[in-house]
Amino acid sequence: MARHVVAPVAEIPPGARKVIEAAGKRIVVFNLDGAFFALLDRCPHQGGPLSGGILCGLTQSEEPGTYRFSRAGEFIRCPWHQWEFDIRTGKSWFDPRRTKVRPFPARVEAGAALVEGPYTAETFPVRVEDSYVVVEA
Amino acid sequence: MNLVRPIAAPGRPAAATLGLVDCDIHPRVRDLGEFRPFLTEAAWHRLATYGIHARHGFAKGYPFPKAAPLACRRDAWPPGGGPPASDLPFLQAQLLDAYGMDVGVLNPLQPSGQGDVNDGLSVALASAVNEWQVEHWLRHEPRLRGSIVVPYEDGAASAEEIRRRAGDPRFCQVLLMSRTSEPLGRQRYWPIWQAAAEAGLPVGIHAFGYSGHAMTNGGWPSFYVEEVQEHATSAQAQVSSMVVEGIFERFPGLKVIMIECGFGWMPSLAWRLDATWKRLKDEVPHLKRAPSEVMREHVFVSTQPIEEPERPEHLLDAMEWIGWDRILFASDYPHWDFDDPRLAIPAFIPEEKRAAIYGGNARRLFGF
Repeated sequence: MARHVVAPVAEIPPGARKVIEAAGKRIVVFNLDGAFFALLDRCPHQGGPLSGGILCGLTQSEEPGTYRFSRAGEFIRCPWHQWEFDIRTGKSWFDPRRTKVRPFPARVEAGAALVEGPYTAETFPVRVEDSYVVVEA
Repeated sequence: MNLVRPIAAPGRPAAATLGLVDCDIHPRVRDLGEFRPFLTEAAWHRLATYGIHARHGFAKGYPFPKAAPLACRRDAWPPGGGPPASDLPFLQAQLLDAYGMDVGVLNPLQPSGQGDVNDGLSVALASAVNEWQVEHWLRHEPRLRGSIVVPYEDGAASAEEIRRRAGDPRFCQVLLMSRTSEPLGRQRYWPIWQAAAEAGLPVGIHAFGYSGHAMTNGGWPSFYVEEVQEHATSAQAQVSSMVVEGIFERFPGLKVIMIECGFGWMPSLAWRLDATWKRLKDEVPHLKRAPSEVMREHVFVSTQPIEEPERPEHLLDAMEWIGWDRILFASDYPHWDFDDPRLAIPAFIPEEKRAAIYGGNARRLFGF
């Protein structure tokens, strides 16, 4: 898998996302409180573009009439049929074993490490003093 | 090597090989003002000042909020503004071109004047919606066909509206909602059936509408999940009523399409009706043939939302019973439960049958 420098870290603040194209695939990159995650931008159910969905959390219930909400912003909800996927794993909450979206490794790397090459971003300059989001795809 | 590239294409190639006819597309006005040119000043004043009068207890919004704003795909909001399916170029790009559709049937929902408690406004608005379909959509895009929207609680006015549009080939059916004030076989609706039969137009009966009654036989449900299932029961009530009241005996050429109602209920309803009819024929002497036979001659269904049983053969059995020539593809664009035509009709259905569902059946029914 090739490494793709997709953005300066500051371009995707916490809670934001960016759609990129890498290795011929549309990939959506998320920032969850400083940690970066990348998923294929295609819902495994009917192909909806996940990047167009809203972020949501986990609503659970121990019994009818009581609700517990947690992990706010850590799930992406397909803009078509409302399938929910855990951004950290790509697994759907409803059917984690069979319905999952492909995750790609994503991490932050220092510009100093990147400029040494051969990893040079094509469309923006990589500067030693900044950090960048790198996706393997 | 490192890559940073903008996204050039939506990444979904066109699929022009399916011969697609989409029987359920929901166009929407950007705002009520789009109807103004097609209304009298008096009707416009009434609409703008007092609004819509739905036949139920919630004047604004939906009684059951629908999972996404305006019940729509979140990617269907046109970039130029306005609600989903209010912008012809965007609808062409996202639906007709993207899937290579040959024909798309417009089914305008609210605000359409259908079922409005104010009878005069219902008549005026329904007629305006038909003019609006011509001026905003049909005139500019020959792949689209309109549905004649009628003020269905007023049979005579509905028949008049049907006759007014009947010669216009841009309209391919009459549109009703599944929740009407009384069951559709009742005499007050007969003028609609008569006018549609005379015009040779099928009648599409689309799920939803505001009847003034609770949405389920047991009262008002708590959740949207329940409301969605209710379409199967209101569809059964309507089909039972039309069959048992003898609508299809009276208007032998009439065809109806149950849109967005599912269809797994069809065989079970027919079996139950047949069983009772055999024993109680003398209550309905005008009903000369078994209800199942009438249903299989006059009732069509659309695919979205298609039942998804655990075992594929159960779906095939239901479709086999209904008839492979009576099932029509529908996407329900731009709603959130939209069906992608390339994925919605399961691959375990034999190819020639899928082709019939994608377009062949609709071509025959509508005469495209």
